[in-house]
Amino acid sequence: MKMNKNKNGIDTFTIVNTVFLLTMASLCIIPLIHILAVSFSSSATAATGQVTFWPKDFSLNSYAYVAKRAAFWKSMITSVERIVIGGAINMVLTILVAYPLSLDKATFRARSFYVWVFFITMLFNGGLIPTYMLVKEVGLLDNMFSLILPTAVPVFSVILLLNFFREIPKELSEAAFIDGAGHWKSLWSIYVPLSKPALATLLLFALVFHWNSWFDGLLYMNNPDNYPLQSYIQTIIVQRSYSMMTREEIAELATISDRTLRASQIFLGSLPIIMVYPFLQKYFVKGIVLGGVKG
Amino acid sequence: MISKKLRREIPLHLMILPGFIVVLIFNYIPMAGIIIAFQKFIPAKGLFGEQKWIGLDNFRYVVQLPNFYEVVYNTIFIAMMKILFGLLVPIIIAILINEVRSTGLKKGIQTAIYLPHFLSWVVLGGIFIDMLSPSNGIVGNLFKALNMEPIFFLGDNNWFPIVMIATETWKEFGYGTIIYLAAITGIDPNLYEAAQIDGANRWKQILHVTLPGMRVVIVLLMVLSMGNILNAGFDQIFNLYSPPVYESGDIIDTFVYRIGLLDAQYGVATAVGLFKSAVAFIMISSSYYLARRFADYRLF
Repeated sequence: MKMNKNKNGIDTFTIVNTVFLLTMASLCIIPLIHILAVSFSSSATAATGQVTFWPKDFSLNSYAYVAKRAAFWKSMITSVERIVIGGAINMVLTILVAYPLSLDKATFRARSFYVWVFFITMLFNGGLIPTYMLVKEVGLLDNMFSLILPTAVPVFSVILLLNFFREIPKELSEAAFIDGAGHWKSLWSIYVPLSKPALATLLLFALVFHWNSWFDGLLYMNNPDNYPLQSYIQTIIVQRSYSMMTREEIAELATISDRTLRASQIFLGSLPIIMVYPFLQKYFVKGIVLGGVKG
Repeated sequence: MISKKLRREIPLHLMILPGFIVVLIFNYIPMAGIIIAFQKFIPAKGLFGEQKWIGLDNFRYVVQLPNFYEVVYNTIFIAMMKILFGLLVPIIIAILINEVRSTGLKKGIQTAIYLPHFLSWVVLGGIFIDMLSPSNGIVGNLFKALNMEPIFFLGDNNWFPIVMIATETWKEFGYGTIIYLAAITGIDPNLYEAAQIDGANRWKQILHVTLPGMRVVIVLLMVLSMGNILNAGFDQIFNLYSPPVYESGDIIDTFVYRIGLLDAQYGVATAVGLFKSAVAFIMISSSYYLARRFADYRLF
């Protein structure tokens, strides 16, 4: 490889490299910008494919239409409930499982047994049908908890957190034990407060997971009224099913471009993620580095 | 009389109990539920009800289905290509990002390339269906502007797998760079200085300092990716495929979904699922074993 080195400034490699990376970076956000531009364009310009990266014939019609759609907002509320309850349960169970597993064998003799119990779930699973049958038989169909309980213990998060717990100096908990504290007290007053950065990362993992999940909603909710937002979007945008629309909505749809409408709902479906993205990025990078490189 | 040691361990058992119970119910009972694969399963009779045992009939039935081999081939082909590009592209991009001197530029690039990872395949499926539509999608328009016939990327069997591999790589490559960039950060800066003194140019430094510094992580991720050999990406394909491209895009997971939940052939679908789980089990276990032996990687 030949390189024109220019000691006092920028060499060819730097220019080519920068241009290349900026192109890659643009490629990653262009689809979102395009869909945003379509959503703010008029039906006519969108339908004839005139919109590129800036709204053409600016219009808020599609958003006005979405604003009136009860089903959209109902599923949005379901999603919010889901991330709050699901995220909370994920966090509590992760903490409660990670702490005992972070101790050594002498302190917790059953450790290896439990480690295997959780580890095996990473190696093998029953698959789609048996899991579906189980959820059905425990009576969770059409219940919010069918979306929360099957993934209530995120084993990867447990591993991340237990590794973090191990980094906390033993002297702290030993001192607490001498003062008469038990494991519960040691966990809540020493380990949890000292693990805030790791816990923030795991919370974001949990929230993004619950926000983005869609298949379990399709699977376990017989009544589309119970769909979370991503399942709703999947049904009306990807499958293009009109079963979730009222007669009036279908009639009104005739006057507005299907395309701008889809674009606006797609955008609204990803908006919460984009809004928290600055935090996401920081904590996810930490989490990956925490969990991955350590080994 | 319980011993003092046991008494001190009781709170620990209590802590782990809720998670233990949840996993027992929602992970272990379905594992036992794979017996469906050997039954003529009638859902109304229940998961562990009185079902008729039919031995390996479900497996025999699947194996003689004309499209079963196609599905297995599609799965392995798409999964392997995704693994390959999922390893290669992030390594290259991480090295190139590391060569960027300006911190602001670096941060900006990273912010943009991590973003797609966080969006669901439902959202991205909607976006790609719109963009790749040959009638009025932006990509089709680009073809028209260049006086070319628009390609129906999501409806053409020659293109469909390529689009799956490309869009998956597009979604995940940025996020994949994180771990390599972390590995590069861990390289001793003195090594670069020494290389410079020895007259190594930038290319030589990448080859002899950066890459060896990433070696452990690269090997580790290569080994661990073995576990994904049958994961062609259900979320993505389910949201982008359609009957005309089943020939090239139908994978085990979508196949299981259709015969199981749409055709209600629970036994057959579970048999295919069991086949997948068994292969995945062997691959994941060996990958962890190898990672432990060669990279000293421990999960717990």
